[in-house]
Amino acid sequence: MMGSENQEGGEARLQASREEMESLVLDGDDGRDHIGNSITSQSYANYRSAMTTLSSSFAASHHPLSFPTPADSDPLLSPPSPQPPLLKSPNSPKPRTTATDDPRHLDPPSYADVVSSPLDDSIEANGGSESPSQHSENSASSFSRSPFSSSDYLEIVVSNPQKEAESSKNSIVPGNNAYVTYLITTKTNISDYGGSQFSVRRRFRDVVTLSDRLSEAYRGFVIPPRPEKSVVESQVMQKQEFVEQRRVALQKYLRRLAAHPVIKKSDELRVFLQVQGRLPLPTSVDVASRMLDGAGKLPKQLFGDSRSVMGPQDVVQPAKGGRDLLRLFKELKQSVANDWGASRPPAEEEDQEFLDRKQWLHDLEQHLTNASKQAEALVKAQQGLADTMGELGLAFIKLTKFENEEAVLNTQRVRAADMKSLATTAVRVSRYHRGLNAQTVKHLDTLHEYLVLMLAVHNAFSDRSSALLTVQTLLSELSSLHSRAEKLETASSKIFGGDKSRIRKTEELKDTIRVTEDAKGCAIREYERIKENNRCEIERLDRERRTDFVNMLKGFVTNQVTYMEKIGIEWTKVAEETNRYAKETA
Amino acid sequence: MIPTQLQRSGSGSTQSPRSPSSQEPFLSVSVIDPAKMGNGVQAYISYKVITKTNLPDYQGPEKIVIRRYSDFVWLRDRLFEKYKGIFIPPLPEKSTVEKFRFTAEFIEMRRQALDIFVNRIASHHILQQSEDLRIFLQADEQTMERARSQEIGIFKKKPADLMQIFKDVQSKVSDVVLGKEKPVEESTPEYEKLKRYIFELEDHLAEAQKHAYRLVKRHRELGQSLSEFGKAVKLLGTCEDNALGKVFSEVGDKAEIVSVKMQREAHHLLMNFEESLKDYVRAVQSIKATIAERANAFKQQCELAETIKFKEIDLNKLRLTRSEKLADAEREYDVLKADGEEATRRFEAIVQLMNEEIVRFQEQKTLDMGLAFHEFAKGQAHLANGIAEAWRSLLPKLEACASS
Repeated sequence: MMGSENQEGGEARLQASREEMESLVLDGDDGRDHIGNSITSQSYANYRSAMTTLSSSFAASHHPLSFPTPADSDPLLSPPSPQPPLLKSPNSPKPRTTATDDPRHLDPPSYADVVSSPLDDSIEANGGSESPSQHSENSASSFSRSPFSSSDYLEIVVSNPQKEAESSKNSIVPGNNAYVTYLITTKTNISDYGGSQFSVRRRFRDVVTLSDRLSEAYRGFVIPPRPEKSVVESQVMQKQEFVEQRRVALQKYLRRLAAHPVIKKSDELRVFLQVQGRLPLPTSVDVASRMLDGAGKLPKQLFGDSRSVMGPQDVVQPAKGGRDLLRLFKELKQSVANDWGASRPPAEEEDQEFLDRKQWLHDLEQHLTNASKQAEALVKAQQGLADTMGELGLAFIKLTKFENEEAVLNTQRVRAADMKSLATTAVRVSRYHRGLNAQTVKHLDTLHEYLVLMLAVHNAFSDRSSALLTVQTLLSELSSLHSRAEKLETASSKIFGGDKSRIRKTEELKDTIRVTEDAKGCAIREYERIKENNRCEIERLDRERRTDFVNMLKGFVTNQVTYMEKIGIEWTKVAEETNRYAKETA
Repeated sequence: MIPTQLQRSGSGSTQSPRSPSSQEPFLSVSVIDPAKMGNGVQAYISYKVITKTNLPDYQGPEKIVIRRYSDFVWLRDRLFEKYKGIFIPPLPEKSTVEKFRFTAEFIEMRRQALDIFVNRIASHHILQQSEDLRIFLQADEQTMERARSQEIGIFKKKPADLMQIFKDVQSKVSDVVLGKEKPVEESTPEYEKLKRYIFELEDHLAEAQKHAYRLVKRHRELGQSLSEFGKAVKLLGTCEDNALGKVFSEVGDKAEIVSVKMQREAHHLLMNFEESLKDYVRAVQSIKATIAERANAFKQQCELAETIKFKEIDLNKLRLTRSEKLADAEREYDVLKADGEEATRRFEAIVQLMNEEIVRFQEQKTLDMGLAFHEFAKGQAHLANGIAEAWRSLLPKLEACASS
């Protein structure tokens, strides 16, 4: 297909011919059709190379374009980040061809590099189909559900990556670590922000912090997943392409956050966007360093110290590695009991509606994946047609020139004129096709956006599952504590006058039960809260999904009509001009 | 099939032969009904060749014979040998890839090209009078086979070898044109210009044809992916409730309809546009073969002229010495002189014919290309308008869904 043909070595010629196309001037055309115009050959060469590399190596090499694109992915693999134990296995087969283990990683569609040229914008303006913003970067910011409504807006631009050196005194790793910061500019009219435009500099680590704090604070919500971390060396970190891709990914991420009706009002986000200097959120490093404390606590926990109890303050978060080692262990035991035990777990996921919904979402995800893949293929094919039509036009332009120069007979000049008409139309039509394709990308990108959301939905559901597990664990714990208390009661009642140590133990046990009861109450409330969050979010998503999908289809179909009408008009003109050659036979 | 009038001069016209009462001589040929014969490696395609004519030499009013590709090759080779200077109409290539030899598309393309081939011969004012044409159109199959197997000389039996010879001729011609072979080269400025034109033209045409072929493929690919996309959209619609689900389903169906339109246009492009370009390329290659023949003839003429000169010198020497060999030498000289005149005549005939042929060729190509462009534009317009119409019919429903 396209890729293999380019690998035949024609790519250089292709680029050359693209540049030729730019520089050829066709006389007698009106200004709009003037080929030697401002479309830089660079832009064509860029997306040409992007398409080539995409088709030739699907897996990891996402090549950059020198100006912003909606591409957002990490070119490099990363191991699965630590997740609550009940999250589904990271090794589930991915429908996309990139080999990544992390279910949170999702490649953008490979057509994401298709960019509309300025000329296509003018065609759009004349043809008048859709939203005013043409730049493909704006596609992520809203689905045009309520563009520029009078209610609050939050616009974010990520730009200007800069290298900065970290002073070694604060870092754990010795030596000078360079890192990259990005300028984040916000425009808003939300009152909480107390300002309409401001900028901060943030590094990727800050984004991780933001994302982690949001996951903790908004359990049960469908939170857009953040861009991938990368475990490779600083060498790669500083490469321009990587930085550019990350910039784009960050922008998309922040814009998705800003589009979420609840999260856009969150303190975490506000603080991230607005507060100058160091990000005033507890960092994940701080949390991780509690690991050291946790390791210290472990022996006491294992030997049954009273401090081993789960307090209410702990149960509002899932068990994490570090300080919660024992709790992790208990919950793991519980989940095994749930799966393999003969008896039913103390509290069960009873909500059939929830289970149905889960199944439905699973189906939706499968179909979305398939549709997204086919959309990619469609865009590639449309691009191929556009390119080849342009190349054909170019070849005929050369032929026309040749015939005109070498003409000895008049009939040659006639033929040259016919050919020129065909050639210029072919080039024009090729541009229309490109325009159509750029619009198609914008619309079908909705499929990809929803696939990303599916991941976030999984996370929301697993928040619920892990909260449920906490409840179950506490219930089991309570029941075993109660039975221990009973045994102690019966044992000490047999001894006349009481048993000092046993009485003490009973008292301690009663304390423990009380604390655990509180914790249970908390856990149940948390679980209910998360369930409610799930429900609201799913409802919201349902509404939005319907609107977005209808708009996607409408946009897709409208574009096809608009551009095909234009193309039809062009060719009809040529057909009429050449009518005299038509066969007379019926 | 193009019914043709017999002309004594000028290019053929296309008047309908459906006036049997008129006494105008006419010759109309069509190549139809390809049928696979034989099995395995020996298998081949045979075609019906129908001749409708009122010419005296022909068995009228209608005669049907069965011919295969090698018979056409035989005809082309005979004409090429006999009518030096005339651009013999080109034949479609022999298929080199086994698995495409019997695809419906290949067979149809070949049939169309063979039909055009014979008709061009039948409408050429000189070629149509050829005896070989008559044999081809009229002889029974055994006679044809015998004639075909008798064909020796420069053109051996197998068309593959013929290809090789053409290639040799081509390289020889390029050598000549590029000036690699020094001495015997005709070099008037007009002829130089013509040769250069022909060679460059072939390159340009080949490139255009390559892109045309790719365009056909792109149509097919787009059609294919539209179909797949449509299916995926339908599946996605199963997750939605009634109204929205139906919309998805209809979008999916439309995508399939559009896909079919694309495939049809791909075929139309192939048969009417890409084939025309290929035909143009072949025609130019045939001209190159004629250029080679002309170079040969010129070379022979020059060589003979040289030989005659030397013979004259010898003759004079012999006269002076009053040798007995004089009589023989004089006889040889006369023979040589006659040969020389013959060679000159042949060469000049070629030059004359070529001049006429070039004019004919250019005129014909303007017509051919004009038609090809027209078909191209027509097909593309039809496709685009069809696609717009198909999608347009969905818009009201989509609007309704969006506003609800």
